[in-house]
Amino acid sequence: MNRNLLVQSQGNLIAELAARFSGKLLLRREIPLDEKLFQRLVNQSYFTPTLSIKRNKFHYICERCGNRKRRLFANIPCNSCKKDHLYCRKCIDMGRVMECEPLYYWTGHEPKWKKYKSPCSWTGTLTPEQKRAANRIVQAVKNDERELLVWAVTGAGKTEMLFPAISHLLALGKRICIATPRTDVVRELIPRMKQAFIHVPIQGLYSGSPDMEGTAQFIIATTHQLLRYQSAFDLIIIDEIDAFPFHSDPSLAFAVHRAKKSASTSIYLTATPRKKQRVRMYSKKLPHIFVPIRFHRTPLPVPRLKMCFQLKKNVKRSLPPPAFIHWLKTRSNPERQILLFVPTILLAQKMDQKLGELLVKEKMIRREGLLETVHAADQDREEKIQLFRSQNIQILITTTILERGVTFPSVDVAVIDAGHTVFDEAALVQIAGRAGRSPSDPTGEVIFFHDGKTEAMEHAIEAIVSMNKRGGFR
Amino acid sequence: MYCVWCDGLCIPEMNWENLWSMGRTKTLCNQCENALKVIEGNRCKKCSCQLKEKQYICSDCMQWEQRFKQDPLKFNYSIFNYNERMQDMVTRWKYRGDYHLSCAFEQIFIETFKNTFAFLSKKVCVISIPLSSERILERGFNQAKVLADYLIPKREEFITRVYSEKQSKKTRKERLATKNPFFLTKKVNKPVILVDDIYTTGRTLRHAAELLLENGCPAVYAYTLIRS
Repeated sequence: MNRNLLVQSQGNLIAELAARFSGKLLLRREIPLDEKLFQRLVNQSYFTPTLSIKRNKFHYICERCGNRKRRLFANIPCNSCKKDHLYCRKCIDMGRVMECEPLYYWTGHEPKWKKYKSPCSWTGTLTPEQKRAANRIVQAVKNDERELLVWAVTGAGKTEMLFPAISHLLALGKRICIATPRTDVVRELIPRMKQAFIHVPIQGLYSGSPDMEGTAQFIIATTHQLLRYQSAFDLIIIDEIDAFPFHSDPSLAFAVHRAKKSASTSIYLTATPRKKQRVRMYSKKLPHIFVPIRFHRTPLPVPRLKMCFQLKKNVKRSLPPPAFIHWLKTRSNPERQILLFVPTILLAQKMDQKLGELLVKEKMIRREGLLETVHAADQDREEKIQLFRSQNIQILITTTILERGVTFPSVDVAVIDAGHTVFDEAALVQIAGRAGRSPSDPTGEVIFFHDGKTEAMEHAIEAIVSMNKRGGFR
Repeated sequence: MYCVWCDGLCIPEMNWENLWSMGRTKTLCNQCENALKVIEGNRCKKCSCQLKEKQYICSDCMQWEQRFKQDPLKFNYSIFNYNERMQDMVTRWKYRGDYHLSCAFEQIFIETFKNTFAFLSKKVCVISIPLSSERILERGFNQAKVLADYLIPKREEFITRVYSEKQSKKTRKERLATKNPFFLTKKVNKPVILVDDIYTTGRTLRHAAELLLENGCPAVYAYTLIRS
């Protein structure tokens, strides 16, 4: 009797631990269990240690972040072994990985995730184009296809297209992750997903998020957070695959690849595939589906170019070009809010005050508080974006952090110094895609102020025009 | 060469002066180097903090003078201000344990030492502020020891420390009221330069200085990387 209870309680303990640790790859420090219990679990091979830094013939590999650059490894005298050891400097902000400390992963049985009969509580309907894409995604998931790229124009309703596939997997009791390089995108996705799947526990992980555990069945995370996972998910959806830093940092692709189970599907979502993906698509190595039309069936706003000869001079004095003020006054719909993109944080900060004063003088806005600035280093970024969304701010100056993934109902978009190198083709297409997103105001103006056309601008406009053409607009 | 902080490319400047030595190896790129602010202008002759007017010592040091009849520290010399970038660097270096980052401070630490303590005779010894054994297990290395090892009179070990709460987690008042955590292991009869990473209130350094003075050390100086 007593023994039965003991066995039962141990079973419960193991099940609980499985839910907490399965699919993760952690340092001993990150496993909050006391030493005695932990040792027992290792001996009974519930946890399995694995080398944290591998030495190859020509390079070292950090098994957590996939770093192979020699300069990002360094030696440290280890206090417990009295020897010099390698450690990885690339992922040091997540806790130091040292050669003598193994990484642990769970090798007990897998936790039983709940099966939901009809998890999706979203009541809207998909447009025929969305439905076509959604069916293709479900098919890919059912057939265990490795990869599928969904190329949908900005504002096509990508998130909704995912619902059928997610519901399908949740009904089978599988684990799902939506990963994206941008924190703002995660913050925007969490409430939408929670609304669409009311009964499913969803956790959002990003640096500074309230939930840090990451033990739910359905996880929305920045790609950085996936560095702590290993073969955890039955479906990984990467939103905005072409965004910084995902396309430039190989360790993130490494993390995402490792976080999914070997036989499962990855779905990539993007509006502006990079050359790498386009080459693979056109050579038929990467299956894809194209959604050429927005869900409210109006064409994408095509950017206008405006040449400003004195732009550099104006920017130096951190003022917008006079043409910008002129455009403000002659907009077709002065009710719309304005999203103003600038190339650098410094310019954004400086322009904040000067433009505020100028616009109050010109009587374009009532008080300076109606103009705000956000950038990556801004602490109140979330709040300000929320204020802009609720229309408490008229004009928002921003750097490229708001170029993608965020939706504002009715805005006009302006870019100052569009010739700057941060505005590449993808960025410009995405920026143009911020306008006219809601069905109640499906158009919007997009204007690029520049002092010399760049290839990026031309390609961006070409891309938008050709997407409109493929969507059936002339 | 790559910057140890931002991993950006940094190319050492080449001119006639350093043509044959091929330029010094740089550890930080220009941008990161400029983000760190060296203490310049008028500084407190006691604790190295930045002073605006033509004062000689700051109010904090006056209080120390009042508290002890004679301040156990002769003076403290620090190199950097504790600005935002420095805070970030210290977090990664000390708390996250990025040992390699200390090489960013090596050159300036050695040079300033030579300029500041040249007046002392060669019979001086360098002592780093020790960590308790618990803390060293947690962190893996002692940042003060790393800094002291760069200096020319070889670092010697005379004091040890018992475990206490982290200084950085306490308020100023609590810090000033802490007990002396240090113990002497050997007697010293030479002047001593104490090396630490940060001088905040000066409590820790003065604890060590008191202990040394009580046991027959003629004079105690302090040399720290940062004055916060």
